[in-house]
Amino acid sequence: MLKVENVTKMFGGLAAVSDVSVEFEAGRINAIIGPNGAGKSTFFNLISGLHQPTSGRILLDGVDVTSLPSDQVARLGVGRTFQTTNLFEQATVLDNLIVGHRLRTKSGLWDVLINSKRLQREEKAARDKAMEALEFVGLTSVAGQLITDITQEERKRVAFALALATDPKIVLLDEPAAGVNPEETVGFAALMRKMVDEKGLTVCLIEHKMDMIMSLADKIMVLDHGEKIAEGTPEEVRNNPVVIEAYLGGDEDAAA
Amino acid sequence: MFKVASLLMTPAAKYLMLAFAILFPLVAANEYQVYVMATAFVWAIAVYGLNIITGFCGQLNLAHGGFFAIGAYTLGLLTADYGWSFWPAFLGALVMTAVLGFLVGIVSLRLKEHYFAIFTLCVGFIIYLLIDKWEELTHGAIGVRDIAAPYGFGLVDFTDTTPFYYLVLAFLVFAIWFMGRLSKSLLGRTFIAIRNGDELAQSLGINLMRNKVLAFVLSTTYAGLAGALYAGMVRFIGPEEANINHTFDMITYLLVGGIGTIMGPLLGTVGIVWITQSLQFLEEYRMIIFGPLLVLLVIFFPRGITGSFLTWMHRKSQALAPTKKRQENKVKTAQNREAESNA
Repeated sequence: MLKVENVTKMFGGLAAVSDVSVEFEAGRINAIIGPNGAGKSTFFNLISGLHQPTSGRILLDGVDVTSLPSDQVARLGVGRTFQTTNLFEQATVLDNLIVGHRLRTKSGLWDVLINSKRLQREEKAARDKAMEALEFVGLTSVAGQLITDITQEERKRVAFALALATDPKIVLLDEPAAGVNPEETVGFAALMRKMVDEKGLTVCLIEHKMDMIMSLADKIMVLDHGEKIAEGTPEEVRNNPVVIEAYLGGDEDAAA
Repeated sequence: MFKVASLLMTPAAKYLMLAFAILFPLVAANEYQVYVMATAFVWAIAVYGLNIITGFCGQLNLAHGGFFAIGAYTLGLLTADYGWSFWPAFLGALVMTAVLGFLVGIVSLRLKEHYFAIFTLCVGFIIYLLIDKWEELTHGAIGVRDIAAPYGFGLVDFTDTTPFYYLVLAFLVFAIWFMGRLSKSLLGRTFIAIRNGDELAQSLGINLMRNKVLAFVLSTTYAGLAGALYAGMVRFIGPEEANINHTFDMITYLLVGGIGTIMGPLLGTVGIVWITQSLQFLEEYRMIIFGPLLVLLVIFFPRGITGSFLTWMHRKSQALAPTKKRQENKVKTAQNREAESNA
């Protein structure tokens, strides 16, 4: 599905990501963990095309996407969320989501001027897609509320829905459960599982909540100082001495 | 209160406003008032342009007044020095501002946020300097005289104030109509996504440069349209048209009326122009009243008159609607409502 080969990203003299190779299989939940500053978000930015790698290759279903800009990577089926999502606060949830399907439409300025059939058709498709994504994340009931009036947890779900509205094959989720309470965390874990089971998506997430990762992920990659120090099932990673070392506290932190 | 206010959201409100605008020359006390209103409408058209690039697309363009001047000068020079008649020169002004907007856009939009604003501030000043110093082309400080009035095809005489007022009104209605259509279209939503954040927009598959340049060209064309109408109305222009103060005036109109809304530019421009007019008797001291008024407005209505009103209306309607009706309301979106009632 997604193959990363010897990717390195230098910022000046600093290697934010250093010679990382990994393969994410389709229909799995892949987690990336590591201490703060390990290069996890940079790694996501490299895959999604926001940054270009200094060296190495990134293949999506066999297609080389290494040097593609991020809007084209998105069109090829890579959806993503950010740690914080800036939404249009004074517009409704639904209004914010309609643009998610924009990349699958073609209407331009001329279509707006003459209100073409194509524009009407595409706007309806985008609206339907937004409603579908809202239903999937369980937010149909707040579709008409302003973003500024919804809760933190609902905002995070809106960010999920926005990524889903782009019709992705793989979604990159950057700390989806940060800043939400334990019960809501369980809800997000269930949502990610549902993305894989019902939509057949490949999920790739960065997360610090270990108990969630250990029960959710099919495969875990551990980054530290930009390097991949371990990879494997939750069980393997949990018992890996290098990982325990990286997390400084020993057993308790890595296993908790 | 809410019931009265909700009348403002119905289509009837916009027809009422249009009817008032049409009848205004008949009820105005004198020709000067019609002239002031026509001037306000011209500026409102330019502010709609600023609303596209700054309100919708989120890029603060400080060269907007410069493009207004380019529109005015293109029309002025083509008619006064090169003997073109009004309408071809008018088209020329639109093409000129669109092309120059494109060229400035592809360079300046490579910069983000403050850097873009500062760059365009410089572009605006360069436009002013060019107009002021390039005397062979622009007549420098002397300005351009004898600019042609719009040709009325033997039916109307646009050198009169009232016919010109209706001409400007027609263009204004078109400008607002297009804005309304743009705002609820996928293209308008694309601009708003860029305003929310470059990175998020890109991750949604939006080509930043292409869309930003499109928004920029649309905005400079609006400015050029307003500038050309202005030149046809006053028929004498000077380098002061490119003064940076005009840009800041337009930003004020936009903020007061409601940035990123459809009716905001009109309400802000017309409102402030009339307040300024009615405070004329205070001369320089009018800023003592005007300044605090602005401060209060920005504190209590940060989204301007229209923006704050729409948010308030939306919350009220969500709170008041019976449960069943609320379900329907939810699918109907706030943006659409605004577009329906105002476009």
